[in-house]
This record gives sequence, structure tokens and C-alpha cells, in this order.
Amino acid sequence: MTTVSFEKVTRRYPGNDRPAVDALHLDIADGEFLVLVGPSGCGKSTSLRMLAGLEDVDDGVIRIGDRDVTHLPPKDRDIAMVFQNYALYPHMSVGDNMGFALKVAGAPKDEIRRRVQEAAKILDLEPYLERKPKALSGGQRQRVAMGRAIVREPQVFLMDEPLSNLDAKLRTQTRTQIAALQRRLGTTTVYVTHDQVEAMTMGDRVAVLKDGLLQQCAAPRALYDEPANVFVAGFIGSPTMNLTEARIEGDGVRLGGTHLPLPRSVIAAVADEASGTVTVGFRPEALERVAPGEPGLGMSVTMVEELGSEAYAYGTLQGENATATGADVVARVNPRTPPAKGQQITLRIRPGGAYFFSARTGERLSVG
Amino acid sequence: MTLSLNWRKWLLYAGVAAVVAYCLAPFYWMLVSSLRRTSDIFENSPLPTHLSFENYLAVLDPSQAFTRALLNSIVVAGITTVLALILATFTAYAMARLEFRLKRLVLTLIIATSMFPVVSIVVPLLKMFVGFGWINTYQAMIVPSMSFTLPLAVWNLTAFFRQMPQELEQAAMVDGCTRGQAFRRIIIPLAAPGMFTTAIITFIAAWNEFLIALTMTNKPEMQTAPVAISKFSGASQFETPFGSQMAAGVLVTVPLVIMVLLFQRRIVAGLTAGAAK
Repeated sequence: MTTVSFEKVTRRYPGNDRPAVDALHLDIADGEFLVLVGPSGCGKSTSLRMLAGLEDVDDGVIRIGDRDVTHLPPKDRDIAMVFQNYALYPHMSVGDNMGFALKVAGAPKDEIRRRVQEAAKILDLEPYLERKPKALSGGQRQRVAMGRAIVREPQVFLMDEPLSNLDAKLRTQTRTQIAALQRRLGTTTVYVTHDQVEAMTMGDRVAVLKDGLLQQCAAPRALYDEPANVFVAGFIGSPTMNLTEARIEGDGVRLGGTHLPLPRSVIAAVADEASGTVTVGFRPEALERVAPGEPGLGMSVTMVEELGSEAYAYGTLQGENATATGADVVARVNPRTPPAKGQQITLRIRPGGAYFFSARTGERLSVG
Repeated sequence: MTLSLNWRKWLLYAGVAAVVAYCLAPFYWMLVSSLRRTSDIFENSPLPTHLSFENYLAVLDPSQAFTRALLNSIVVAGITTVLALILATFTAYAMARLEFRLKRLVLTLIIATSMFPVVSIVVPLLKMFVGFGWINTYQAMIVPSMSFTLPLAVWNLTAFFRQMPQELEQAAMVDGCTRGQAFRRIIIPLAAPGMFTTAIITFIAAWNEFLIALTMTNKPEMQTAPVAISKFSGASQFETPFGSQMAAGVLVTVPLVIMVLLFQRRIVAGLTAGAAK
């Protein structure tokens, strides 16, 4: 049983007013694959490095299992880490790289050899055990870095953007392999990435960070379906959710030349914060085309992106007055009959496809 | 097109040849002169008309105590190199990895100390060492030599350590090493080329040191080779023993040249490390 917990963990860099990580509170279950995701500078790497013991913790407690490891040196934490640049030891062969931790721990030679062999077999590295890292390709180096971690049989794997040095195709392959390997080994894993696709495809749960603050931690589907705030809504999903601020008029908002009614709870919530506007969000895939003249959002198409299986129309919402118009919108359209550049089309938000966020705080306003 | 390319190639070779000739000419003349007979020493022929080893025999003659001077040089330069390298390695690693206030200033001060003209501090040093009773001792030559070679060694190694990714030590620490073990097992082996280059540069500087060695010694048996050469005496008081000085110069230079040639690949690796990943 290896759980990991961050309890109100804070890291302040000297000379910075804002903490790099601010009261991070996270419980990671045994065997869970947790992904920390966010834009650069959000504190995701700092959080991981605090768990590794490579970064001081200013406040709060970090536990691995029942052990308080907050101030333990890295070597006493029983963790393995895969670095972004792999940090392979250039003067050692692949086999020695993978066996280094065991050698430091004083394991007998034949046990080291056996475990390195096992790991090499899993990772298809057997022919390369005698080579030096510089004689390997990028993908092979990545696997050696993985091998160095799994040979240890540690309590927790830490991975800091391990795929960012690979080309796009290899990244997709390796992504699947790492996720499968983790499931097979069942080792609790914390994985850092800035790529939301990686986060969504690999994680059991995904924790979204921004400016050192945890925004939301949930399963990928839940993040997508029920984003907690504007930031998560805009960060998760590709292309990103359309977000536009709209003025409240009666029981709805004026958007794209049409009247969009709001759920009663949203109107009440907006009235509570004495705000006249609300942020409306809808995903490109929540839009469908309707015949011209039917009620809907008018959009003038400026660009069409055809990807084969799907197509996206980029454009601006049409509006009849100065407020809440001209917003940029992306819509998923039928790839068989895409609109032409410059065409005016009418779109409808599918039922349940609209999200409403407080224009003040960015929090999602509850529906129902 | 091909013609102009050819021309450029020839010009390049001519340039290289000129530079090489310019650099090697004094050594060549030293070598040639050392092989002339004493009576032919002022000849201008490019090769000695009468090949003779009498200068070498004279240098190695026990009366000149030159072998003892060579041994002194080896001791002084060797100990200087080892001590300077150990000190510089630790200093440079701290400089490369620790963040502290005024680090820039400390590094600047370190390099500034190497800019004092030796001549200006040799008299105070002499006075101090007389007080210590250090005249005619090895430490009187080693300690000043170290202070002159350390700044360069520290700078050289700091640059070398700095270009090593920090993740290497961090990976080692996650793999179960203490900071010290990570330094010994990962950083030192990787820093070997840089340390080697630094060692050679330090050794050459200490080996060629003249002013301090001349000032701090007056017993012939404590003199280093450069000092001994300057004190060679000719057959008469009015004759400068050019021949044996040249021969001694060759004997002093040859070990350095052999050392550099043997290790030149590692030295080049050390000097250019980090230039390209």
C-alpha cells in the first residue's frame, strides 16, 4: 500500500511574493496514475520535485504511505524519478545506468544483473545493455530512463515531462506504453506534463494547476464534462472551449444575434454577486449547424481546418450591437460538407452543451 | 570556381604553415643550438655543421647539479598541481552549484588575484618567508605557485561543472546517493577531461615559474630547473654558456611536450567540452 499525500504543501522561492506552490492538497491512492498538468510556471514541476526531495518544503506535510517524508533526503524516500532530459549517466553503460541504484544500495551482483535483465526485456533494451547512452536514439534513451526507474521497484514513480524530447509520433506510442506499463506494475505514479492530451489519455486522475494553485483534480472525463472554473474549461479539450462574456438580458443572455436563455440557478447566482454579465462557454463539438433563418448563433467563417475525420470552422460571432459581439468561435462541422471561407452559418448549442461561469471569480455556476 | 577554391586552400595552408613556423622557430633554434659544439655556437646554419652532444653531457655533469634541479621542479610543480586541483575542484563545484549572495563578486575577486604582477609582491613575500624560516624550502615555492594557478583552475573548472546538467546529481540522489556520493561517483568521472586540462595548465605554469623560485632559494640543491639554467657557469667568467643553456632548455621542455602529445585528445575534449551538446 503506497499512497502519497500532499497536505497544504507550500513552496516559496526567496524574492518572490507569490508562492510557487500554494497550499497544495492532494491525496493519491495506491497504484493510481496521477497527472499534474498546467501551463509553464504553474508549480507542477516544483510539486513533483518536493515529493522527490529535490526542493525544500516551506509549509505543510508530504507523506508516502504513512511516512512523513517532508524533510527526508531523496535517497531515503524510496522513489524513482524520470527526468525530462533523462539525466542518464554518460560514463556508464545502459546496464550500469539501470543497475546504479541497486549497486548504491549494495545489492548482490547477480541480483542486479537479473533485475536489469528483466527490466531490459520489458523495455526491449536487451541488445543495448553494453552501449553507452550517447550511442542510443532519443526513444531508446527514454526507455533507459524508464528502465532505471522500474529496476528499483520503488514505492512511487515520479515522471517529469518524460516525453517532451520525443518527436510527435514516438510520443504518442510511448505515451501508451508508459500507461500500460504503469498499469501492469501497479506502482503509484505522479506524472508531470504541460500537454493536456497526455494528461487526459494517461491519468487515472488529473490535477490541473495554475499559478501554484490547484484548480481541480478529477478523472479526465469529469474534468472535461464538469470543469470547476473558466481556466480548467479552457485548458482541457482541443480545440479549446469557446468562452465569451455576455450581458444578461431578462432571463438569458444576448449571444451571436440570438437570445440564449439561462437556467434559473445561474440567474440567481449572477444576481447574488450583483454582476450584469456572465461567461458563457461551449465546446466546438457542442455546436451543430442549423438551416439559415432558424434561431441560433450567427457566425461568419474566416477559416476552415479539415483534418479528415473531422473539420473545424473558425470565425466570429455576429451581433447587432456593440456588446458581446465579435467573439472568436470554433465549431466542429461535418467534414463531408464543410462551410466555405467567408460564409455565414447558423449554429445551435446542443442541449446541455453550455457552461456558465461567474464573470467575477471564474467559478462555474452550478446548474440545477 | 575550382581554381578559386584551390587558391583558397593553398592560402589556408600557407597561413597555417606561417603560424606554425613562427611558433616553433625559437624551439627549433634552441634544439639546433644545443647540438652544436661550443666553438660553433654562433653559427647561422640551419643544421649543426658538427653534430655534438657535448652540451648535454655538460648539463648532466654532476657539477652542475641539474638533475637535482629537475627533481626539485618535479616535486614543486607536482605538489602544486595536485593541491591546486583538489582545492579548485571543491571550490569550483561550490561555485557552480551553490546559490549565495555576491557570488559574482567572489568569482571576480578570485580572478583578480591572478592579475597582480608577481614582481610587485615578490619582495613582501620574501620578507614574510624569511620570517617564517621558509627560505630554501619547497613550500616557499609551492604556496605562491598555488596562489597564482588556483584562480585559473577555479574558473576553468567552474565553467566545466556549470555545463553539467544538475539533473545528473539529482538523479543520483534519487537513486540513493548522498550529495557527496553523487559528486564522487557521477560528477568526478564526468569532470575528468576538464580536471585533466586544468592539471596540465597548472603543471606547466608551476614548471615554468622562475621569479619566485629564484627569490626564495639560494642553495643550489633547492633550485628548480629554470633557476638552475640561469645560473649555469661557463668555462670562464666572461663566457655565457649558451650551449648548455639550450640543452637544458630542451631537457626541460621535452617532458611537457611529451605529456601534452600523449594526452592531447583528452585536453582538447576538456577545452571544448560544453561547446556543443
